[in-house]
Amino acid sequence: MTATFFANARLIDPVALTDGPGAILIEGGVIKEVFDTGATPPKSANVVDCNGQCLAPGIIDIGVKVSEPGERHKESFRSAGRAAAAGGVTTIVTRPDTLPAIDTPETLEFVERRAQEDAPVHVLPMAALTKGRDGREMTEIGFLQDAGAVAFTDCDRVVTNTKVFSRALTYARSLGALVIGHVQEPGLSDGAAVTSGKFASLRGLPSVSPMAERMALDRDISLLEMTGARYHVDQITTARALPALERAKRNGLQITAGIGVHHLTLNELDVADYRTFFKLKPPLRSEDDRVAVVQAVAEGLIDIISSMHTPQDEESKRLPYEEAASGAVGLETLLPAALRLYHAEMIDLPRLFRAMSLNPAHLLGLKAGRLQADAPADLTLFDPDAPFQLDRAALLSKSKNTPFDGARMQGRVLGTWVSGERIWEGA
Amino acid sequence: MTFRAKHLLGIEPLHPTEITTLLDLADSYADHNRRGVAHRDVLAGLTQINMFFENSTRTQASFELAGMRLGADVMNMGMQASSIKKGETLIDTALTLNAMRPDLLVVRHPHSGAVDLLAQKVNCAVLNAGDGRHEHPTQALLDALTIRRAKGRLHRLSIAICGDIAHSRVARSNIMLLGKMENRIRLIAPPTLMPSGVADFGVEVFEDMEEGLQDVDVVMMLRLQKERMDGGFIPSEREYFHRYGLDAAKLAHAKPDAIVMHPGPMNRGVEIDGTIADDINRSVIQEQVEMGVAVRMAAMDLLAQNLRASRKPQEVMV
Repeated sequence: MTATFFANARLIDPVALTDGPGAILIEGGVIKEVFDTGATPPKSANVVDCNGQCLAPGIIDIGVKVSEPGERHKESFRSAGRAAAAGGVTTIVTRPDTLPAIDTPETLEFVERRAQEDAPVHVLPMAALTKGRDGREMTEIGFLQDAGAVAFTDCDRVVTNTKVFSRALTYARSLGALVIGHVQEPGLSDGAAVTSGKFASLRGLPSVSPMAERMALDRDISLLEMTGARYHVDQITTARALPALERAKRNGLQITAGIGVHHLTLNELDVADYRTFFKLKPPLRSEDDRVAVVQAVAEGLIDIISSMHTPQDEESKRLPYEEAASGAVGLETLLPAALRLYHAEMIDLPRLFRAMSLNPAHLLGLKAGRLQADAPADLTLFDPDAPFQLDRAALLSKSKNTPFDGARMQGRVLGTWVSGERIWEGA
Repeated sequence: MTFRAKHLLGIEPLHPTEITTLLDLADSYADHNRRGVAHRDVLAGLTQINMFFENSTRTQASFELAGMRLGADVMNMGMQASSIKKGETLIDTALTLNAMRPDLLVVRHPHSGAVDLLAQKVNCAVLNAGDGRHEHPTQALLDALTIRRAKGRLHRLSIAICGDIAHSRVARSNIMLLGKMENRIRLIAPPTLMPSGVADFGVEVFEDMEEGLQDVDVVMMLRLQKERMDGGFIPSEREYFHRYGLDAAKLAHAKPDAIVMHPGPMNRGVEIDGTIADDINRSVIQEQVEMGVAVRMAAMDLLAQNLRASRKPQEVMV
């Protein structure tokens, strides 16, 4: 296999937290060597001239919904894989909230086979924590782990029966399995479409207090103390949940937290006149909350940024706000949206990629997510400044439900490499 | 022309001068209605469809009568029994209806924002007859007209709105309208029936009714829905009446000439004492109903003028 030399790059290193000129040599699907400036390419190597643009470890996106099995008209492994490649995402970690849920080794094998056939990026599947995501009986966590499940989650459904959840956590701990939870106190948040406050009242929409997030987090932290399980919260979106998270980490619990990029870049007012493409789960929060969670990402308290990619067709969104489906697509807009925080000088690029590449790799025990010798050659090359206006019709996802339609954004992916193979060439 | 709106979806987008224009016209319609003056030419040749996805007797009758008095061809569609049950989406219903080329569409829907959504898909003027907990603009306008006629002005009044504010579109539209016209608004309700973020509304908030009614010019009572009485939001009907029902003792805290309003239908003995509701010196509840027809006539008249102006000349000639 021929070597490739990335010359003249601006290297974003989330391990050393540096951002500076350099070069990289890859061969055989892995990074061979990382150079400072002035290195010359070996004679036999292909040379990619980066023209001073950013070269970073490929994004690892935890919590991507590919609508196979069940709703392939919304998103397939092929369309999601191409969208990921266009967005600089080299690994997607898929959600089990499909139809049917991925709760048996057999359905998991179907997903793996489909991913293998059609997706140009790495696909790591997650499996449901309880059968049918019903919160009653745990799935075959051991078999599913053997079959390749990297984490166990009921996605946006909270396991309300605390006894069931504590047993699942205990059993998962014995296998070293990672459990991913969603924190919304279910009674309080039942039927809610927006976050409570002036905006919710003006629009007359059913709402939930932001406190519902902390209440559920508090319960889960108590259960972690009890069981010692390895636990990741999919999304922490409110300021009031942050002190509890910080305390739990300080006390040595195996807890990490993520956030969707939409909650970092949009607030509840973006819903405006009932724009259902902004309907998310949990709902968008106040500007105070948004600023607090951005700060938490910059400080490393919130570990991971993901797209929470959730394809929905037009029919499920063109409804009155309360009836419309939740979720937004995000694979292609994750990077430009996250770069809004960089351009607003709220976070630098190495810390952004710590949250999008390095920390997800850590959580899943992958060697990817860093620019180091022996790491897989999963790379993304991008121009952080290139301006564009997003046209949702041009998205590669089958579903076009993005809240950024018509938005002016900055940041273009110029190239994406997976295991050393170039899978995307941007304009 | 100081009324530019294409639809009447809510009070929020209206400018104070648009509100005044509409109320002035409604005022004259109210006088003409009393004298029996006919205006059958105003909406002649126009088709008005009343589409109610939620039960209504008085609002639908009021819109129907208003349209007929102005000479429109009025059609009522009870939507609860029809296509929605067959699984048709709101947008498809709107498109189907649009193909029948109505001129005025009056819509009530149980979900907030549904009327806005529908208005985006049709070519006619849309009037919101109540959407979820969002807005009920003609109710707020008829309340405003009633206040203006009783008090001689619609500014610098102290107005108390009492009852289930959290679930009330009437309250939202009234807070919006009375605020735009620069009145002092006091909200009185048990905290479980107060909307979230109410402190940011530019109103005064009271949990004690007697305190809240102190020296007000207008007492606006809201209906308490039966399904909210059973312990979910308040302990019981009788405790609610004791603490928040309007009776003579509580009303004594308001100004001696304060008027009492209610959007109807009333629950006598729950939110309002029957003798107060019937007191012709205090209660303007019947006048509210009367003003309702006049306000809806004015709203449809103004929207029809804008609709005609926006259509191509040859279409108007047809």
